[in-house]
Amino acid sequence: MTHRSFLMFILPSLAAMILFIALPLVSVVVQSLHIEHEQVLKVTENCGPFGCKEETTVDAEATAALRAEKPIGRFNGLGTYFDRGHLAIEDVATAWAERTSLSGFFSDLYNLPLYKAIAFTITYTVVVTPLTILLGLMIALGVNRVTPILKGPTIFVSLLPMIVTPLIGSLILFWMIDAQGIIGKSLQFIFDDPELSLKASPPLTWITLMTYGVWHSAPFAFVVFYAGLQTVNTDTLEAARIDGADRWQQVRYVIIPHLMPLVVFISLIQLMDNFRVFEPIVGFSAEANATSLSYIIYSDLRGDTMRFNSAAATSVLTVLGVIVLLLPVLIRTWRDFKGKVV
Amino acid sequence: MANSARKGPSSLTIFSTAFVLLWIVIASFPFLWTLWGSFKVQGDFFSKADWRYALNGTRTLVETGGQFTGAGYAGAWIEQEFWRAALNTTIVVFFTVVISLTLGTLGGYALARSGYNYAFWLLMIALVFRAMPHITLVSGYLLPFFQWNLWGHLPTTIIVLVAINQPFTLWMLHSFFLNIPKDLDESAMVDGCTQFQAFRYVIIPVMWPGVITTGLFSFLLAYNDFIVTAMLLSRDNQTMVPAIAGFLGSTFEEGNVMFAVAAVVSTTAPLFVLVMFFQRQIVSGLTAGAVKG
Amino acid sequence: MFHKTLALAGAMTILTGTTAIAGCGLSSGNVNILGNDFAAIQAVVAAAKECASDGVTVESNLTTEHRDLQVAALTANPAQYSAAIVANSSIVPLLNDGLIRPLDDLVAKHGQNLQQNQLIVIDGKVMAVAFMANAQHLFYRSDILEAAGVDVPTTYDEVVAAAQKIESMGLMDDPVILNTKTGWNLGEEFVNMYMGTGADFFTPGTAEVAINNENGVAALNMLKALTEYSNPDYLTFDSNATAALWEGGQAALGIMWGSRGGPILDDEGSTSEITGSTVLAGAPTLMGDNVASTLWWDGFTIAANISDEDAEATFVAMVNGISDNVVKANNDDAVWLSPVYEPNPASAGVAATASAGATPYPMIPFMGLLHTALGAELTEFLQGSESAEQALADVEAAYTTAAKEQGFLQ
Repeated sequence: MTHRSFLMFILPSLAAMILFIALPLVSVVVQSLHIEHEQVLKVTENCGPFGCKEETTVDAEATAALRAEKPIGRFNGLGTYFDRGHLAIEDVATAWAERTSLSGFFSDLYNLPLYKAIAFTITYTVVVTPLTILLGLMIALGVNRVTPILKGPTIFVSLLPMIVTPLIGSLILFWMIDAQGIIGKSLQFIFDDPELSLKASPPLTWITLMTYGVWHSAPFAFVVFYAGLQTVNTDTLEAARIDGADRWQQVRYVIIPHLMPLVVFISLIQLMDNFRVFEPIVGFSAEANATSLSYIIYSDLRGDTMRFNSAAATSVLTVLGVIVLLLPVLIRTWRDFKGKVV
Repeated sequence: MANSARKGPSSLTIFSTAFVLLWIVIASFPFLWTLWGSFKVQGDFFSKADWRYALNGTRTLVETGGQFTGAGYAGAWIEQEFWRAALNTTIVVFFTVVISLTLGTLGGYALARSGYNYAFWLLMIALVFRAMPHITLVSGYLLPFFQWNLWGHLPTTIIVLVAINQPFTLWMLHSFFLNIPKDLDESAMVDGCTQFQAFRYVIIPVMWPGVITTGLFSFLLAYNDFIVTAMLLSRDNQTMVPAIAGFLGSTFEEGNVMFAVAAVVSTTAPLFVLVMFFQRQIVSGLTAGAVKG
Repeated sequence: MFHKTLALAGAMTILTGTTAIAGCGLSSGNVNILGNDFAAIQAVVAAAKECASDGVTVESNLTTEHRDLQVAALTANPAQYSAAIVANSSIVPLLNDGLIRPLDDLVAKHGQNLQQNQLIVIDGKVMAVAFMANAQHLFYRSDILEAAGVDVPTTYDEVVAAAQKIESMGLMDDPVILNTKTGWNLGEEFVNMYMGTGADFFTPGTAEVAINNENGVAALNMLKALTEYSNPDYLTFDSNATAALWEGGQAALGIMWGSRGGPILDDEGSTSEITGSTVLAGAPTLMGDNVASTLWWDGFTIAANISDEDAEATFVAMVNGISDNVVKANNDDAVWLSPVYEPNPASAGVAATASAGATPYPMIPFMGLLHTALGAELTEFLQGSESAEQALADVEAAYTTAAKEQGFLQ
């Protein structure tokens, strides 16, 4: 394809991405390197329905003058990236220097917001991604054997966890796992522990969130695998059977190799999405025990005072994290691409 | 496969059937429970006093005089005019899917057919774009949109959703087009077609399964989106998900949880129709698109 | 002052009365109101819309996302909205950036019916007009307290003692509920409790936080003592959860928002046994006479980046929106700051809290940053994996980082 026609074809798509993702991305990177102006403070008497009080306020005029001088704030280099709200290099260095044991060092590290978030984010990603793939594959193999007439409804039901809006879906499950909810009560009965609560302890909250994650993403893996199964070469299967391969061997040596490219595809998408886990944390009110990178960004942007610089730095760190995570897959894609050219 | 299944050993069939049944229960139970609960009052839905209330409808009986009540549905659809949100969602979803697919098909085709390095790097950059948290992007849009008077309108939101969705659309369609033999359009061009004519007359007729699959995911993104629609649409143009979130109330004010529950159930119904209608295409499209990774 | 307003409410009804004129006497102007989405504000905005006429347009956008939109919307020039309905925490970012205008001239011209105590005066200038009040205060179950043989607690020590007695007598497990969900709610609980020590949050005149001391520890220890009598899920409890628990009869002593009183006392969602014995009382004190609660108001502000004509039209429309007729017609939807407001059992707690001398939530530019830090860093202490001193040190470190980033500290 010539450069010219390539450009013609890609232009609309590229324009949309440049305008709405690339430019904001540049602005996010720039803002992550800046902090707000000094705010000029003054003490004033403020009155309201409940009486008067001396309070500190911002001298808006004086501050506006500073802001007009330099509209994007003070340059701070990588300062924001290294502060306590992000990589916290000083605190990490102190914790390392003063460590009494390795576990003590890790518990100090876990006290810092970003590392706490990373701990959950990574655990969630590495646990949920393979389980999703496994469960999706099992469902696909199972559904593939269902009588044709029941396949449509089965597929729909299997898709339900994915198509109910995550924010609301997790909220509904949150109500159900309540100690007074149907799932919560059932679990108390099964484990014979009337005090059992999935919301109170950090380990149980993590398990709940990950179970939800697998439940929510399994349909995606299922659909992809199910589609892949339709193209398995029946001759190969037949040959394997004649050679005496049992059902498990057929799956292991014929079906799984055939589905391998799909595993790569699902991993790519799932790693990225799981790394940005957010909705379940809000839906399950799990902030106390589990935070993620996306949650940190959200809480920076949703306070009364919006901390855009801080959110920008965390966003850039998230993007970098995703790139590192996907590097193996990307290298593979590069090889494929070079192969295609030759 | 279907034939071979019947010949399989019976213990395996039993196991596989049992597994599918178990999965169906796990997948559908929360939804069925919500469906059941949507005809109760809040006291029974939460059943804080006694979990059996949710089954017996004790409070529903006290408060409405019947075992079931349609109050949640009436409240959401009539009193709170949820149909407006449904209408807005229809508009947003329709245009997002159509525009996403149009741009994505052109771009994906180009990426699949270009052997130059920049095509690869574009795909990689698209992946980086996809990694960007949406909430950061949306917060950045607010000021310029307000300044240029673009904020609050459906077209703005549609374009933003299209743009945010482009990386995924490009990736999926690109891998799908890789699957269509190159010879098809190349021979058309040898016959004197321009690149665009080759695309128009040779590729378009065979690309539908892939497009429909990608469309399903564009659809789900636009349909389920909360952050973009909540932050970029004014109340009059609100779509369903932010409207449902609005029913839940805030710290200070009690919401109408049952409205939200009824609304959630209502929003799932059209999806059933959609999946039934497209299931064959979805399946065949995904295979073709994704196998090449 | 607030107390007086409520007490004199009936007597003053006759003195103030507004007459609705078509277009509210305006000839032109564009009004566009941004606010939260609930019954009281809907009523205010609906009445403001009565001012629409040939030359006057009145539009609105009531959404739960209003806080996240307001700064960007009012920074644009011309501003997207001419009025923003705010509370004493959400007015701060607008003040910090100088996005709202002083209202003195408009109050003088069109505000004859406003009470002096409705005017939010900052540095001698009226910046907002408040129309409703709110606070977190004590809810209790008179039947349970009676069965336990304890008086209505007025201090937090008494609350803990009462909870202890209720639990030990086997009347109820986990009788205490508070809005202690990690995040904004937990931050607010600490702010309230710290108010009960009477100490300042910041070194006066600076942005340096001053909670990492014995007062902070005392406030934290009291919070922990209370949560020990709470359901173990307390770190997930927001207003929706606590209200549902209360209506389900699962608690006897609650610290909840006054605005939730009305829906709790109504006949929906709960048995008459529970609603009949639910009483709303003032917030308890912590040390001495210091009420451990903060008072909140909701009011309207007018954007700076709009024409004077639109500002005037907006002010007139909003004043019409909070007129006596609106208050009378929607009396039970809020605790209105109006002489015609008729107090009811649902507002008793807010009134008692205000008259006991509780202070408003501080309108300090960096209070929001401290609030966020508190909400995020106190969890480990309550879970028992961290000391109070460590938790407060973490709050201080998190706040200081944020305040430096925002330019409040150098």
